Amino acid sequence: MPEAIMNQETYRQSEFARASDPSVAAGSRPNAISDTLKADVRGLSFWYDQFQALKNIDLPIAEKKVTALIGASGCGKSTLLRCFNRMHDLYPGNRYDGEIVLLPENQNIVDKGIDPIRVRLKAGMVFQKPNPFPKSIFENVASGLRVRGIRDRAVIAGRVEEVLREAALWDEVKDRLDQSAYALSGGQQQRLCIARTLAPEPELILLDEPTSALDPIATAKIEELIEKLRDHYAIVIVTHSMQQAARISAYCAFMHLGQLVEFGTNETIFTSPKEKRTQDYITGRFG
Amino acid sequence: MSEHIVTSFDQDLERIDKLIRDMGELGAEMVADATRALLSSDEPLAQRIVSEDVIMDARQRELDDAAIALIAKRQPMAQDLRTVIGAIRIAADLERIGDLAKNVAKRVPSAGGSTIPKPLSGSLQTMSELVLAQVRRAIAMYASRDAEGLVSLREDDERIDIQYTSLFRELLTYMMEDPRNITSCTHLIFCAKNLERIGDHVTNIAENGYYTLTGQQLPATRPKADETAAAQG
Repeated sequence: MPEAIMNQETYRQSEFARASDPSVAAGSRPNAISDTLKADVRGLSFWYDQFQALKNIDLPIAEKKVTALIGASGCGKSTLLRCFNRMHDLYPGNRYDGEIVLLPENQNIVDKGIDPIRVRLKAGMVFQKPNPFPKSIFENVASGLRVRGIRDRAVIAGRVEEVLREAALWDEVKDRLDQSAYALSGGQQQRLCIARTLAPEPELILLDEPTSALDPIATAKIEELIEKLRDHYAIVIVTHSMQQAARISAYCAFMHLGQLVEFGTNETIFTSPKEKRTQDYITGRFG
Repeated sequence: MSEHIVTSFDQDLERIDKLIRDMGELGAEMVADATRALLSSDEPLAQRIVSEDVIMDARQRELDDAAIALIAKRQPMAQDLRTVIGAIRIAADLERIGDLAKNVAKRVPSAGGSTIPKPLSGSLQTMSELVLAQVRRAIAMYASRDAEGLVSLREDDERIDIQYTSLFRELLTYMMEDPRNITSCTHLIFCAKNLERIGDHVTNIAENGYYTLTGQQLPATRPKADETAAAQG
């Protein structure tokens, strides 16, 4: 065999080739899926100082699909979610190992060389408790645009309406955009936070138990909204409600003690999970 | 399978499980009694089967109610979800087994049991024993969570089909020999067909039970040896 071809072969089989070529990666990695990927978590570990909270996680995030992370408190699901927007960088001593590759740009967003601020523009996050800024409804959304450097008033006004509509809030607030965001109900505040997240045109939406502080009607509205948003965005949601994960996710990952125990399609995880630990958790048994 | 954190969840599931076992035992009893009534022309026994079917129907409604209530209250997932849906389907098959046994019982006055020739009653007896064994095994294996046993149970339905084909031919011969046999033999053909259908419901139970226990569907094809269509031609 000529040396040049052999080298090519060797290169193709190498870890480096797999890490840099998503088409090769999809077939040869654990938890591979057939959907187009928006992000790919590869061998990710994470430490809060000395404590290892994530252990070698491999997880594909499909484009225009909802991926749910489930597991008991302390399993690492929120920690994993927060890696996607480098929120851990706000505290000293935290350390990442491995990669979260954003596709198709093929950029490792946990790389030290990547500015966390830039990552956060690409990955918008919504939290458990609605956290609007102490500003008007309009300003809450507009601030997300100003971060992007947009100053043109007309552009801002247009985009604010657009995302408020996208977040299914426009009709409820269009006549009182200058009122304080605190005047809104909890569910409306949460939809406002989602609108604020959408404003800078993120590539990935991260939801950290977005409905756990809401009543069933407000929860249903958020879920309806998530179903609409998934036509345009890759969404990762952490939820304690198994039923919610079952209702809205296309893929689901079950985590336990910092490890990803099982990843699969919604149908597999909620009807016939392969792992006993998954089964015990989702059926409410003693593990 | 370990226990639920919520004890009453286990109790709800246990209640459904017990109803399935009760219905299975009742179904087996009805099948046994129906053939006995047929072969010995025992009309009072046949009557009792008709009233047992009322109990069977009531048990099925009770199970349906319990299953619906459990789904509404507990939103079962994975194995639990399969168990509840499987129970609803298995109960429907058991209820049909009861109906078919009742249909055999209803034919007792017309089938002329005591005048059935010995070899023919022997064949009927053999077939009913095969069917009865299948019903009992189905319930035992479901109760003991024996998934592999359910696979072989489903395959064993072939033996019932073979017996049915041979019984069908035997009955045709009797009718051709003497047209006065036609009325009773026609009823006996229906009885045999009912027993064969009971075997098919046992097959369904095996398939549903297997899915409940493993989460996997058995392949759609199963042994088929009912050749009566060919025998007619």
